[in-house]
Amino acid sequence: MPPVLQVRDLQVSYYTDSGRARALDGVTLELNPGEKLGLVGESGSGKSTMALAMMRMIKPPGRIEGGQVIVGDTDLMALSEEGMRKSRLSKIAYIPQGAMNSLNPVMRIGAQMIDAIRAHNPSESRAGAQERCLSALESVDLKRGVYKMYAHELSGGMKQRVCIAISILMRPQVIIADEPTSALDVVTQRQVMETLDHIQHQLGCAIILIGHDMGLMAQFVDKVAVMYAGRLMELSSVREMFNDPKHPYAQALIRSLPSLENKGVFQGIPGLAPSLLRLPSGCAFNPRCTFVMDVCKSTVPAFLPLPPSERRVACHLYAGDAEAMSLSTRTATPTEKV
Amino acid sequence: MAPLLELKNVTKTYSRGLINRTSNTALSNISLTIDEAEPTIMTVAGESGSGKTTLAMLLLGFITPTEGTIFYKGKDISTLHGEKRMSFRREVQAVFQDPFAVFNPFYTVDHLLSVPIEKFKLAKTKAQARDKMDEALTAVGLRPDDILGRFPHQLSGGQRQRINVARALVLKPRLLIADEPVSMVDASLRANILETLRSLQRDHGVTIIYITHDLTTAYHISKSIIVLYRGGVMEAGDVDTVIKSPQHPYTRLLIDSIPWPDLSRRWGETELKAKEPEGGEKTTGCRFAPRCPYVMEQCQTPPPLFQINRTQTASCFLYGSKPELEPERLSELLPV
Repeated sequence: MPPVLQVRDLQVSYYTDSGRARALDGVTLELNPGEKLGLVGESGSGKSTMALAMMRMIKPPGRIEGGQVIVGDTDLMALSEEGMRKSRLSKIAYIPQGAMNSLNPVMRIGAQMIDAIRAHNPSESRAGAQERCLSALESVDLKRGVYKMYAHELSGGMKQRVCIAISILMRPQVIIADEPTSALDVVTQRQVMETLDHIQHQLGCAIILIGHDMGLMAQFVDKVAVMYAGRLMELSSVREMFNDPKHPYAQALIRSLPSLENKGVFQGIPGLAPSLLRLPSGCAFNPRCTFVMDVCKSTVPAFLPLPPSERRVACHLYAGDAEAMSLSTRTATPTEKV
Repeated sequence: MAPLLELKNVTKTYSRGLINRTSNTALSNISLTIDEAEPTIMTVAGESGSGKTTLAMLLLGFITPTEGTIFYKGKDISTLHGEKRMSFRREVQAVFQDPFAVFNPFYTVDHLLSVPIEKFKLAKTKAQARDKMDEALTAVGLRPDDILGRFPHQLSGGQRQRINVARALVLKPRLLIADEPVSMVDASLRANILETLRSLQRDHGVTIIYITHDLTTAYHISKSIIVLYRGGVMEAGDVDTVIKSPQHPYTRLLIDSIPWPDLSRRWGETELKAKEPEGGEKTTGCRFAPRCPYVMEQCQTPPPLFQINRTQTASCFLYGSKPELEPERLSELLPV
């Protein structure tokens, strides 16, 4: 099955008074239909920039400086502004952080949903559009009555589900959800995540979940991408990530998780995330890394596959394995063809 | 000696409207005693709207209870004035949720630390004030040279939150009320802040009330826990007992809903029976009854607290055969 989303070498910089900040530095990933990817990292690691760049919603002083975002067979970066506007919501939908607080307080929920449909399909009949909104509300487990309500009449979890309903109106192939549950309590959080899971099955779309709660990732996604200072450090299946993280940063992240067994043990990650304006040379993680070598301070590690699995890691510790692997595949491919 | 802070049957009701007066009970009949002899960490947990922030505001004396009284060293805090009031203000300190909103961007962080020193006349000379600032910053694991003289925007969220803790610490408080101190901080920095709070309790003898909706961190940091739902105590007791064998259906629901970072412990093994309530229904009985999967006829009347074992109590008729516990005696059960 061809991947539904391909991000190739995506580059975004912010030009500030104190210099150029590379918020995304050559991010590459692929997503198959029906797959759920978790994007984790500390604040400032570039997670939200990644989402905005995929939507082509980066505003000055930020600029997308290169790369491709291919949804289905369309390269979003090559589209005209009007073409991109049409693609948002119908090819790729984005639920921003705190979306539930951006519902218009003086418009009924239904009117806001109709707005979204009209922007794409001005000719659609009122009745048809309304029916589409109502069924979207039903698929996120809300009553039809919500259509006629105002935002203040809904609880946080319900507002968040309204935002999910809006995002599925045009049946997109990819949905990006940026910290959809960060302000909700655990019970509501679980309900919102179950809703996302449910619509993912219904539409067969791919979901990118952005967040820093590894617990949520363990319970929801299929693949986890760990981001640090604008680069992907590791991309693995959720099982590999939790049982055997490879990148030292991923290892530290997994170690810092609380569990019921080790009461009272707090293992933070020492040091601070680097400023994007003054990245350390070589691997950005080297000042905080416990396995730091000389090569880490001079050369940026490439994001290489780590056979036999499909995972990828950007760390010099595994450079040998990856090279050996890529050699063996290079020699192996011709024989396979025979 | 009278306890440091004592809540006696405190109820807080918010009312609005002039003709059609509607009122909303944020906290009902809570009694709590905080002793200064044995510093401890106590968690107050609950979802949004459970009344946990109202409790923090009451403890800090920012709002006054509708019914009941709050005593500080044996005196009603609403009657405190002069020196006694200053000492209450100094000894009961707070750390709030948002490390970004509490700073004034026009001042360096020194300002946040030097104002309390000035107001409470803690230092005679500038050098003495600087020593106090250094001491407090070092206690929370920051290097004073890195921090002093900087503007808030130059610091990370974790650093700012630790400065807030340092600000409280300058005043040598007896009680620190931490309202969701880590919910806006990155997971990797949470550990550092929690460790800071714990060392305050251990090394500086500060009692901490940790207010949160995150039961995982509560479990790791505190000794006792009180679970609130819509202003009432649902379950309380020793944190290990409550988290590992929750008895009240609401606590069970909370604990089942935690997304554990553990692949062998799948979410949704127990089906989510009690979803979030739609609309604000009013009940005269148990507050949790409309969502409760075990709801019985009895639940139409409000359940008292039943003592399940030596260190655990729940307000639920499922435990009706156990001895009743008067709400005033809740604190006796909480381990320190």
